[in-house]
Amino acid sequence: MTNSIGEIKECDFLFVIGSNTTETHPIISLEMRKAVSRGAKLVVVDPRKTELAKLADVHVPLKPGANIPLLNTMCNVIIAEGLYDKEFVANRTEGFEELKSAVENFTPENYAGVIGVPAETIREIARAYAKADNAAIFYTMGITQHTSGTHNVLAVANLAMLTGQIGKPSSGVNPLRGQNNVQGACDMAALPNVFPGYQGVTVPENVQKFTEFWGIPQSAKVGLTVGEMMDAAHHGDLKAMYILGENPMLSDPDINHVQQALENLEFLVVQDIFLTETAMLADVVLPGASFAEKDGTFSNTERRVQRVRKAIEPLAGKADWEVISEVLTAMGYPHKYASASEIFDEVAKVTPQYAGMSYARLEEKGLQWPCPNADHPGTKYLHEGKFSRGLGKFTGVDFEPPAELPDEEYPFVLNTGRRLYHYHTGTMTRRAKGLNAIYSEEFIEINPADAAKLSICDGELVKVSSRRGSITVKAQVTDMVQQGMVFTSFHFSEAPVNFLTNSARDSIAKIPELKVAAVKVEKVS
Amino acid sequence: MADNVTLTIDGQKVTVPAGITVLEAARQMGIDIPTFCHDPELSRPGACRICVVEIKGWRNLPPSCVTTVTEGMEVETESEAVVEARRTILDLLLANHPQDCMTCQKFGDCRLADYAYRYGLKKTTFVGEQTNVPVDESSAVITRDVNKCILCGKCVRVCAEIVGRNVVDFVSRGFTTKVSPALELGLGEKEAGCVSCGSCVAVCPVGALTEKNMQGIARPWEVKKVKTTCPYCGCGCNFDLNVKDGKVVGVTSNPTSVVNGRHLCVKGRFGYDFIHSSDRLTRPLIKKGGKDGDFVEVSWDEAIRHVASRLKEIKEKNGSEAIGVLSSARCTNEENYLMNKLARVALGTNNIDHCARL
Repeated sequence: MTNSIGEIKECDFLFVIGSNTTETHPIISLEMRKAVSRGAKLVVVDPRKTELAKLADVHVPLKPGANIPLLNTMCNVIIAEGLYDKEFVANRTEGFEELKSAVENFTPENYAGVIGVPAETIREIARAYAKADNAAIFYTMGITQHTSGTHNVLAVANLAMLTGQIGKPSSGVNPLRGQNNVQGACDMAALPNVFPGYQGVTVPENVQKFTEFWGIPQSAKVGLTVGEMMDAAHHGDLKAMYILGENPMLSDPDINHVQQALENLEFLVVQDIFLTETAMLADVVLPGASFAEKDGTFSNTERRVQRVRKAIEPLAGKADWEVISEVLTAMGYPHKYASASEIFDEVAKVTPQYAGMSYARLEEKGLQWPCPNADHPGTKYLHEGKFSRGLGKFTGVDFEPPAELPDEEYPFVLNTGRRLYHYHTGTMTRRAKGLNAIYSEEFIEINPADAAKLSICDGELVKVSSRRGSITVKAQVTDMVQQGMVFTSFHFSEAPVNFLTNSARDSIAKIPELKVAAVKVEKVS
Repeated sequence: MADNVTLTIDGQKVTVPAGITVLEAARQMGIDIPTFCHDPELSRPGACRICVVEIKGWRNLPPSCVTTVTEGMEVETESEAVVEARRTILDLLLANHPQDCMTCQKFGDCRLADYAYRYGLKKTTFVGEQTNVPVDESSAVITRDVNKCILCGKCVRVCAEIVGRNVVDFVSRGFTTKVSPALELGLGEKEAGCVSCGSCVAVCPVGALTEKNMQGIARPWEVKKVKTTCPYCGCGCNFDLNVKDGKVVGVTSNPTSVVNGRHLCVKGRFGYDFIHSSDRLTRPLIKKGGKDGDFVEVSWDEAIRHVASRLKEIKEKNGSEAIGVLSSARCTNEENYLMNKLARVALGTNNIDHCARL
């Protein structure tokens, strides 16, 4: 997030695109409600009629994958009507002409049909966003899990920069991170293209710096993303994997492919708290420690680094950081830390955004990065006065439809996401009595009109198939999904929807298109 | 209007910002006025009257939570009349409250009990009929005992004003007044619309709303509270893990939490049985007899030596690029940093990723 969670209630206009906030980020949705009760306008762009969509002043029931048409037409209206922030564009950005020509043909009339709402609605939203005192955009995987994911995010950035709705309190671009420490895992360089603190591995000075710091020559070659690792394992190029606290056998697209890839490895280590579907395939399983059993830090979606405190002894005798240190040591690279705090101090030395942090400073309220020195109070919102790269760069992006669209054989769009009561592959929440009592089995949502055509009743078992596999799951007949779409989560191993999803990836960020796959739905008689 | 006003509370002169209440002014001075229905985060009905004070020249005893300070005001927070009024209120509340404190989940953390103790109310003087309805156990996570409700309405207001769901409200009139979901449904019935966030539990001053998972498991004074950060979504909520005898027995709100205050979602408040699940792995496993072989429990030493030597072997034979590391968005920064070192330092590759894209 460029803003802070605490700033949300002061927003005057909330543009929420591809985020089912009340279910996936319940506490953030409470702040959104506060803004709405203060009189803020709420626009929700989502193919599903989510709870937040019902609370919205305008709900745009977007057709799957039509994010760029919507965002570009909004830019088109704002430019055509002279509503853009001329001063901001002149002083803070570059590439305006590129954007202008890229969105020239994106008139609301040209794209209303693709988007799924009348042209006038698009105009109204665009005007309201541009004119609002403090407008903020919120998005999650609804716009990123597409083959056009990176371009979708660039289109969001274009809109914010065009109107100067960024770099201020309660106004900015706010991706809501889905997992407790996905922000931190990125900050700590669990990514193939950067060293800690987003220092690119292809930059010679960075390679030099980390070579010196760690005392081991560093590679300038960008590594493989998770999807690429699976492909490489499939081809036999990747021989071994070490997987910590992940369950790709449920979470990754096209599970058959993942299984073949992992089975093809010569050696697989999985470190986890449970014997997950992925751990079953391992050669060695190392028991992990839950968050209650160790000290450490998580970084939340507003870049706040907060303490995780050990409440009980690790059930298996070791915290994960101890295990990894021991593996490093056994491989001939001695790593001895007396505490998690010592590791954090090393992190602060090599990660500029964390440079001013220490456990002592994090004790009460944590700190939001960037926090460059020990006196710095942390940063509530980003990009005040200047962007990280200097001038904000407009990038014109064009509409690319999803990789796999419905056809006669597979006439439905399958959309996937999360439920309020469960988390990721369910390894934790499915073992929580209360949660599992409230939400004990998964459904696939189907529109009443489609259900009627297929003679499917609410609660009936259906077989859902794509080109990659099929699953059997109960139908939930609901107008929450639009006609031609079905939706379910990836939490349940009994209904492993990722057997169906498409592993087609965005060419830049390599994110799989988990929001659009073509499927057919059949009644199981 | 002046920016500040000066008044006297319990004989002490104090200057406070204009517009605040007598309750707030007193609290700033460290004077503890009892409250039931008042909550700084919620609207102020001024309903329970336990916070009444005496103000010189005023005809009645006004509730301090909704009385604004004025210049020259002279306030007594524990005068004879005030104490008498509070005792009467407590007497009336106890008249319709079960006396099963010994087995009440809230025992030791109950405001009604605290104030009854403070004002020496051993039992009610109004003996008569008491509410006697079945305890609502329909929710999988919240136990709702209407008999213990003192009708402060904080659960009603937190659900309406913060959670935005309006699941419960006052129903009926007079003695039969109670807080209930629509149509007197159970809290756990689907039509009630409750999302089990437990914010009502967090604000309930008595034992009417309690965490089901802690019933009969732990008393408030038996648990060690450890403030930590939630392991679920990216909001970064904080709360207290309640630990007894080396086991996590539940979660309670910690009002000092910067992101969420006392509020949590159903996962954050109730999603912890997994910690002590019998499925937890506690010993390292090595698959013996090839890919189709069985897992055999081994010592940590053996497992770590085996992992290190196999990774070294493959690195030497096939090169660094033949190995990939998947780190975890569920693990800590410290662990992710070490996984980054495992890949970049020990294995010599940038083949490291995690589930950010999923």
